[in-house]
Amino acid sequence: MLIDVHAHFLHDRTPRADWRERNASRLRAGERVGISIHVASILGSWGLTSPIYFPSLPDLRYANDYLLALQREHPHRIRGYVTVNPNYPPEALGEIRRCLDAGMIGIKLAASRRADDPLLDPICRLAAERRAPLLHHVWQHRRRDYAGQEASDALELGRLASRHPNVSFLLAHIGGGGDWLHSLAAIRRIPNILVDLSGSGVDGGMLEACLAAVGVERLLWGCDLTIETGWAKLRYLGQILSDEELELVRWRNAARIFPPGAFPTD
Amino acid sequence: MRVDVNSFLGAYPYRRVPGTSVEALLLAMDRVAIDEAWVTHLPGIFWKDPIEGNPWLYDVTARHQRLRPVPAVQPELAHWERAVAAAAKAGAPAVRCDPMFYGIAPTGAAMQALGHACGEAGLPLLLAVRLEDPRQRHPNDRAEDLPAAAVRALVRSAPTLRLIVTHAERTFIEEVHFGLTPSEADRIWWDICWVWGPPEDHLQILLQTIGPRRFLFGTGQPLRIPENGPAKLDLLDLSSEDRGAIESGNAADLRSTVAQRGG
Repeated sequence: MLIDVHAHFLHDRTPRADWRERNASRLRAGERVGISIHVASILGSWGLTSPIYFPSLPDLRYANDYLLALQREHPHRIRGYVTVNPNYPPEALGEIRRCLDAGMIGIKLAASRRADDPLLDPICRLAAERRAPLLHHVWQHRRRDYAGQEASDALELGRLASRHPNVSFLLAHIGGGGDWLHSLAAIRRIPNILVDLSGSGVDGGMLEACLAAVGVERLLWGCDLTIETGWAKLRYLGQILSDEELELVRWRNAARIFPPGAFPTD
Repeated sequence: MRVDVNSFLGAYPYRRVPGTSVEALLLAMDRVAIDEAWVTHLPGIFWKDPIEGNPWLYDVTARHQRLRPVPAVQPELAHWERAVAAAAKAGAPAVRCDPMFYGIAPTGAAMQALGHACGEAGLPLLLAVRLEDPRQRHPNDRAEDLPAAAVRALVRSAPTLRLIVTHAERTFIEEVHFGLTPSEADRIWWDICWVWGPPEDHLQILLQTIGPRRFLFGTGQPLRIPENGPAKLDLLDLSSEDRGAIESGNAADLRSTVAQRGG
């Protein structure tokens, strides 16, 4: 069993003419790597009709519907995170309920609002109620503002997670660029934040630092935009972890934090 | 046979990196079935005179047959030509220069002189676009990425110069490759360490548009885990001939040309 906790798909209303090829490539590569389940999100229209990190309500609804359709089309391979924009609180809560009721298993927050903003609290209370984990886009140590997103870093996610100890938070793509040492130090003592290992970064020492900071029970395997780097990290972890520990990273930690029945082994 | 043209020995100044010793590198090579590694003295890249790291590199590689030296040359320092001559005499597969880390102009007269000297000596010149993701660098690590324009200018400036460019991504490679004449582009080899695999499939696309003869297996280890290279290749639909070319054949061709020119 191997669960990718950080995957994305595209759809026909994005700027990418090659959206079908990219979706097919993810599934094809997943077969080769042995990915059992891709837990995925779609960030609105990926910039076509609203910004990637500030998606409009119609774009979110279309993308979430598309992901639900993909989940129905590939019931043994794909699960969904419902993506919402917390700047629209009632709509965000309604969309979370709608999509979780329809079979999605988690919540994705990108960068529409800083992670420690009070606007996220109702979303977290709903996540606790539904036992849905929350994957939060993180810039590993934000030293300045970046155009196009309200990027958060691990300190801000830590403040949110401390306010909601009954919610499991996924710190997105530790290998996704930025200062991962800063993130690991910030979340070391916040047990309800787990580290998503995805991202194109395959830095020597990063996986050892993850293990030292949060332990094997708080690591989740994922790929994001580069499946080969996910596979490389998995191969390396296979060299430094016991079989039992590797199973935790491959899927058992994910199975622990997602709702019961989310995966076929539950 | 698998040859890693992009690996390092020695400590990195900006963060703790495990596996920088000779013994650790050899173990990592065993782990991912790398037969031979072309190695650079990593601390030297950040020294005022990078050439001072070369004696240690020659000594280590003389004692370990699986390691080949890629000595450094800083062409704004006096007598840099001796470093090129020493590399040729030692049978180095390439020399390297990191103008952005040295703080010298990547297209300046000194770089052009180095390009000419390498061309004359039959030694490929290795350039890294970067060593780490710019987003994660130490605040004091302000070296800019090597510009694609500099690679184009260098290869145009010296008609017999051959370049190995490491840590380049798809857009960089395309910008250089299609910004040169075919004969100029045929004098550049790219390592695969920074090129994305699926689902974006950048490497697959480059192999279709540019061809497998221009690519070399490189990892950037130990700054990057070497497992990334084999994983990337395992996700491609490659003929054994093309895979062999990337993993070792193209590097062997480069080396045999060096040997012929040197001999």
